[in-house]
Amino acid sequence: MCLGIPGEILEIDGHEARAEFWNVEKTIRLDIVGESVERGDYILNHAGFAIRKIPDTEVEETIAIYESFLEGDEDEALEEIGAADAVLEFGEQQSGARGRDR
Amino acid sequence: MTAEQTLQFREPEAANAIVDRLESMMDEIDEDVSVMHVCGSHEQAIAKFGLRTMLPEGLTVRMGPGCPVCVTNMPEVDEAVALAREGAIVATYGDMYRVPGTESSLGDVSARGATVEVVYSASEAVALARENPDREVVFFATGFETTAAPTAAVLEADPPSNFSVLSAHKYVPPAMEVVAELPDTDIDGFLAAGHAAVITGYGIFEPFVQKYHTPVVVGGFEPLDVLLGLERLLEYIRDGRTGLDNAYPRCVTRAGNTVALETLWNVFEKTTGEWRGIAEIPDANLVLREEYAEYDARKRFDIDPEGGESDPLTNDCLCGDIMAGTAEPDECSLFGEECTPTNPVGACMVSSEGPCKIWLEYGGTPEI
Repeated sequence: MCLGIPGEILEIDGHEARAEFWNVEKTIRLDIVGESVERGDYILNHAGFAIRKIPDTEVEETIAIYESFLEGDEDEALEEIGAADAVLEFGEQQSGARGRDR
Repeated sequence: MTAEQTLQFREPEAANAIVDRLESMMDEIDEDVSVMHVCGSHEQAIAKFGLRTMLPEGLTVRMGPGCPVCVTNMPEVDEAVALAREGAIVATYGDMYRVPGTESSLGDVSARGATVEVVYSASEAVALARENPDREVVFFATGFETTAAPTAAVLEADPPSNFSVLSAHKYVPPAMEVVAELPDTDIDGFLAAGHAAVITGYGIFEPFVQKYHTPVVVGGFEPLDVLLGLERLLEYIRDGRTGLDNAYPRCVTRAGNTVALETLWNVFEKTTGEWRGIAEIPDANLVLREEYAEYDARKRFDIDPEGGESDPLTNDCLCGDIMAGTAEPDECSLFGEECTPTNPVGACMVSSEGPCKIWLEYGGTPEI
């Protein structure tokens, strides 16, 4: 699938970052995201590369939309994250966006 | 559009309201309308939720060349197979593993001892090269702009000298032109892929709209996204206008991701190439620029794909016609019989974005 999947940036090391997707962590690249990205930002990940920074105002809605259609299609989501054996925890991811200082 | 509205994207009432508007517009148009989507994820949504059964009579949604795995040409697979046989580690995306070449797939040669690694990303392929400094690692790179930009990014980031790329990347807009000109297709509007447009921006379709006077709407992948995209297209058709619209503003802008595009075009250039079963299409294949020749597997190796006979069933495979929108999966005599996801004849039965695999998986009636 070519959907891309939203995740939260946990830490950044040069062009690499650790990102969290519903409690599944994955290393992704920031080379082509096209905007300045900081810890706590949300990005759209596709094939291990952030291809878009999700605007702060759209994070909550984006996560809710993805959660509603990925529930029941967890395998597809895990394939898109690149973590086939992991377990997604829906409902966990929004805490970062809501809880951090802006 | 408010957040409340977009979050109702699976509400049956909202879907029915759009379908009512589609019906009313079809009454006004008063003739058959054929719309083509160019995205495997659109087909997934349409088939999974049985959207075709909800559409008004006379409105047909056809599949176009929106599955990059499906249009990867057999000789390209043969090149990857040859490199694996000759001792290189071939890294590729999971969808490519079982795509049949002329005689063998990468999965076949892996079973016979070649090293084929399924990777999640271009950067994992580079990591493989770093972990295996004594081996050549070839990344058999497939996909449209959303994966071509990452391939370009790893080449710009100074990969190790034992890393190279066998590019089967494709570029969609010229293929849309070819499909628009096919005598057997009569497409009144195109629903373009939302996520490729995250990279390219929806402005990329402006020249197409002007040249073919055919409306293009970029749409998302959820049932209501697809229905909204169809609604915008019917508005254009009803009004006798052409135009370009973005029905997926939560992800797509007119300009797209300019950094990703710059990276892509720094590394790749367009060339003429065969799209499996469709046509030889000018400017629709992406190959490495001369500046990156040292990482170009086609220049680094003397690739010698074996000849031989392909599976005779290949002659009956309608994958190319399906990708061109002139046939549907269940018109193929092999569909679900000789050709299945575990024993595919054509690439359309392999990829999760392949229309044959999708149709076999979801026969369905509307779930929304």
